[in-house]
Amino acid sequence: MATLGELERSIMDVLWEAQAALSAGELREALPRVDGVGKELAVTTVLTVLSRLENKGFVTRDRDVRPHVYRASTTRAEHMAELMHEVLGSAPDRDAVLARFVGQVSPGEAEQLRKLLGTN
Amino acid sequence: MLLTATLLAALAVALAWPVPIALARASWAASAPGVALLLWQAIALAGGLSMIGALLTYGLIPFGGHLVSALVGLFSAISNGSLPHGTNFFEMFALSGAVLLGVHLLLNLALTLVRAGRQRSRHRQLVGLLSAPMPERPGMRILDYAAPVAYCLPGASRSVTVLSAGLIDLLDDDQLMAVIAHERAHLSQRHHVVLLAFRAWRSALPWFPIASLAQDAVGLLVEMLADDTARHAVRDDVLAAAVALVASADDGQQEHSPVARRDGVPAANAASIARRVQRLANGARPLALPARIAAGAGAIALVAVPTILLVFPAFD
Repeated sequence: MATLGELERSIMDVLWEAQAALSAGELREALPRVDGVGKELAVTTVLTVLSRLENKGFVTRDRDVRPHVYRASTTRAEHMAELMHEVLGSAPDRDAVLARFVGQVSPGEAEQLRKLLGTN
Repeated sequence: MLLTATLLAALAVALAWPVPIALARASWAASAPGVALLLWQAIALAGGLSMIGALLTYGLIPFGGHLVSALVGLFSAISNGSLPHGTNFFEMFALSGAVLLGVHLLLNLALTLVRAGRQRSRHRQLVGLLSAPMPERPGMRILDYAAPVAYCLPGASRSVTVLSAGLIDLLDDDQLMAVIAHERAHLSQRHHVVLLAFRAWRSALPWFPIASLAQDAVGLLVEMLADDTARHAVRDDVLAAAVALVASADDGQQEHSPVARRDGVPAANAASIARRVQRLANGARPLALPARIAAGAGAIALVAVPTILLVFPAFD
C-alpha cells in the first residue's frame, strides 16, 4: 500500500520526466505499475494528490483547457539545488533546522585529519 | 533590594564574560560533553535571569522592599498613573531595560522557533519528493545526490534521517552504521532543541561575541555526544574514519552537483572536526565521577543562586 507521500513522489517523477503539461488521466496512464501504484488508481485519487501538490506550490494547473492540465512548477534539479543549499550552504539558520553528520574541509585540512587517524 | 541588585549584576557580568570563556577553553569538556552541555545551558539561563533580575530589582527599589511587594507597588503606581516620591531617572531606565530585554529575548525565541518550524516543514516536503524511502528502515531516506551527505531533520511527529547516494558509495557498511547511529542519537537526545535555544540567544544578541562562542561550543558538544552514543554501536576507529572520510571527501564528486561549493569553510568547522577525530583516535575516556558530580552541582548552583536572590528577601 503506497502512502500519500509516495504517491506525490511518483506523480512528481512523472511530471518532471514529461517536461510537458499532462492531464490527470494521462498522468494515471504514465504512472509506473510497480508497488501497487498504477492503472488501478482512481482518477479522483490522482486529482486529490495533484491539488495537494498544487497547494504546496510544486505543481501548476492550467485551467484554460479541458480537462485541466498540470505541469511541474520547477525542475527536479532546481528543487535539489534548493535542498542542498540548505544542507551544505552556510546559511546561519541551518544548524537550527537540521543536524548534519559532518561538514567538509579543505584539502590541507583533510591531510591533517588523515594524520590524526594515523593513516598515510 | 540594592544589595540584591548589585549581587545579581555581579553574577550577570561573571556569566557574560569570564565564565563562558573559561568553559569554552576547558579541556575536560571533551571527556564529559554531556556535563559541559548542561553547564552551558545553566550559564545561559542564569545569565539571562541575573541580567534581567539585576535591572528589575534595581528599578523596583522605589516601589517596595521585596520583589513581590514591589511588583504590587508597581501595578498600583501604573493604575494611579503617578510614580512614588523619590523615584529617580536611573531606576526607571533600569526597569524599562528589564522589560525590554525580557520581551526581546522571548520574542526572539518564539520567532526562531516559528522560522525553524517553517523551514523544516518546507525541507521535509522537498525531501519527500526528491528522496526514496529506505526499505526496512523506517524514518530513513536515500537522496540521489553525488556528494556524501548525511543529516537528520527533526520533526514533532516524524523525524527523518537522510543519506545521499554519494555517502553510501563512499563508506563501508560499518561506517554507514556509525553515521546512522550518530544521527539517531541527535534525534533521540533532542539536540535540536538545545541548538535552537542557543541559536535564538545568538540572534537576539548579535553584537555579543559570547553568544556565538556559546553556540559554536554547544554545536561541537552535541556532535561529541552523538559520537559517544554511536561508539556504543561501532568501534571508535570506524566512526573516526567515517567522520574523516565524509569531511575530506573529494571535491570532484561535487562537480556535477547543482550547488557550487561554498567559498571556504569556516575555520571553526575544520577545527571542530579535527577535535572530534582526535578525540575518537585517542579513545576519549569519560571524566572521573567526582568531577562530573562537581560540574553537575555547579550547573544547579548557577541557576539556583539568581533564583534565590530574586525570590527570597535575604538581604536589606
